[in-house]
Amino acid sequence: MFSYYLRLAAISLKRNRILTALMVAAIALGIGMSMTSMTVLHMMSSNPLSHKDELVRRVQLDNWDANRPWDEDNPTEPPDIMTYQDTNNLVNAHKAEYESASFSNVLPLEPEKREVKPYMVEALFATSGFFPIFEPPFKYGSGWSPAEDRSAARVAVIDSETNDKLFGGENSVGRKVHLGGEDYTIVGVLEKWNPTPRVYHVGNGAFNDPQSVFVPFSIGIEKQLNSNSNNSCFKNSEPGYAGLLASDCVWLDLWVQVKDAADAQRYAAFLNDYVNEQKKSGRFPRPLNNRLRTVSEFLEAERVVSRDVRTQVWLAFAFFAVCLINTVGLLLAKFMGKAPEIGLRRAVGASKPAVFAQYLTESGLVGLAGGLFGLVLTGLGLLALRKLYAGTSIERLAELDWSMVFASLAIALIASLIAGLYPTWRACQVQPATQLKTQ
Amino acid sequence: MLKMTHLSKVYRTHMIETHALRSFDIHVREGEFVAVTGPSGSGKTTFLNIAGLLEDFNDGDYLLDGVSVKGLDDNARSRLRNEKIGFIFQGFNLIPDLNLFDNVDVPLRYRRMGSAERKERIEHALGRVGLSSRMKHYPSELSGGQQQRVAIARALAGSPRLLLADEPTGNLDSLMARGVMELLEEIHAQGTTIVMVTHDPELAARAQRNVHIIDGQVTDLDDAPRLGGEVAAATAAAIAD
Repeated sequence: MFSYYLRLAAISLKRNRILTALMVAAIALGIGMSMTSMTVLHMMSSNPLSHKDELVRRVQLDNWDANRPWDEDNPTEPPDIMTYQDTNNLVNAHKAEYESASFSNVLPLEPEKREVKPYMVEALFATSGFFPIFEPPFKYGSGWSPAEDRSAARVAVIDSETNDKLFGGENSVGRKVHLGGEDYTIVGVLEKWNPTPRVYHVGNGAFNDPQSVFVPFSIGIEKQLNSNSNNSCFKNSEPGYAGLLASDCVWLDLWVQVKDAADAQRYAAFLNDYVNEQKKSGRFPRPLNNRLRTVSEFLEAERVVSRDVRTQVWLAFAFFAVCLINTVGLLLAKFMGKAPEIGLRRAVGASKPAVFAQYLTESGLVGLAGGLFGLVLTGLGLLALRKLYAGTSIERLAELDWSMVFASLAIALIASLIAGLYPTWRACQVQPATQLKTQ
Repeated sequence: MLKMTHLSKVYRTHMIETHALRSFDIHVREGEFVAVTGPSGSGKTTFLNIAGLLEDFNDGDYLLDGVSVKGLDDNARSRLRNEKIGFIFQGFNLIPDLNLFDNVDVPLRYRRMGSAERKERIEHALGRVGLSSRMKHYPSELSGGQQQRVAIARALAGSPRLLLADEPTGNLDSLMARGVMELLEEIHAQGTTIVMVTHDPELAARAQRNVHIIDGQVTDLDDAPRLGGEVAAATAAAIAD
């Protein structure tokens, strides 16, 4: 019977093209608006490490001033970045499966090819645990070893774009790249990699591109570099780089990977012990306030998705609701206009459920058509966003993925079925005797 | 085939109560052709609507093919309408968006028949009313008489035991009306029970039996059929030969 209802729906929709166009346009507009903002929200709130959300943990220790919290608006929140001394101690203690300590800075890169001019690249100075934790895909080679970390070996991992630029996309593992006046041996080349959001370093833009070059953390320290992102101190430190390293200034990202939930608990206990030990030497004046957040908890705490974006999505869905109310009215007018046909169908044996199914199918078909046109509008909306925000992180977020395509169609279908419920119910109430008499 | 006993039907609004049928008794036997006559507002259409299970009644009993329809739910009534009853309306009530084939198909769809059987029945029914060659035409492309023939084909396609006709020639000129009436006589001759509401005494005279309704009651029940069931069967056999 469903195919029969579909055919009847198609005939009915073709018969009154203007009314059909109005209904489809109402749903398409609503879908277009809401899915455009939904797509941006979806991309913003995605978690590239969702497959191991519970295992990857952000380490936060509250070493801040006794009288002034890290975040005045949220006084229970500890700093979201770490001091060098704590980072160094925790990495060296190696109580987790992997540790990733990192910061970013800019280095000059001098290509071998004369025709490529030297340029500045943003490098991530990271411990070897960065690669197993964040799993960037390798095209060639791999990351470096903990031993190379410790010895500050001049090794580097480059992204595919840099590899294309310097080596024409060839396997460059074993070749040299001249960075900051020194030669580094390339040990790995990444595939195109764009974790969204850039979980490992949300500090200076959660939706920025990953760095082009990755080198051992210890090299950054040896070269006396600090972060080009956040550096915060609550009191003056001793002068010089040694003073920074020994200070309570925070500037480093620290992530660990644990084996399971029990391991996470053990690690949390270890952090408490560590802080209590540090308190003995006069540090950590505030009450014990550590965090060992999962990736999703950390993204939530960092408000990676701003309230404005959520409000925008709600507004778009409110507009969609208005469109649906219009569709209810139009469907009601259409179905009531079909009262004589409904009366006839009831007279020749259609039960109320059969009439209900027929007209709900028609509502669903309107919804699907609206969903398809809505997808086109969503595509146009996202294109407009990409043009409007060209060169910003929004440009990368305004991409329609398959899950959003299916979500659009499903939302359009479900919404139109809901919109069709009342008109369809009214259609079922048609008294055949009344309709047949009035013919 | 159809037996109503002490049946009553009252239409109520918050101001007015109208007794459309009161203590209404009628018995239509299988194979009969009964004409129901009466002035406007006498209750003819109400009787036909109740007979066709399109309306409920307030009191009394109604046996359709030996089964009491009192208290049946909507699904059961729909099923009975679909399987046992065929309707012919004054206004034809064809669906303008569907061609003749699909119009005749409507009642069969709700019987969940296979497509081959439906096709065979539709072609046979349209053949019986002489419109085989017009299957792909739309109602608007036909004359009134042809449209009523399609409506008859639709009613016949489901092989109903009872055919209810409400002023079947009311919208037709005399020539077309004669053609439709001949068709009904032919259908009756093949064994189908027909109850026809009409204003036209000439048409009523061609039925086996006349029932006259005034003020919601049967006042003149001609209970002596002019053409018995045996004769109808013999006529059917003769047509078949």
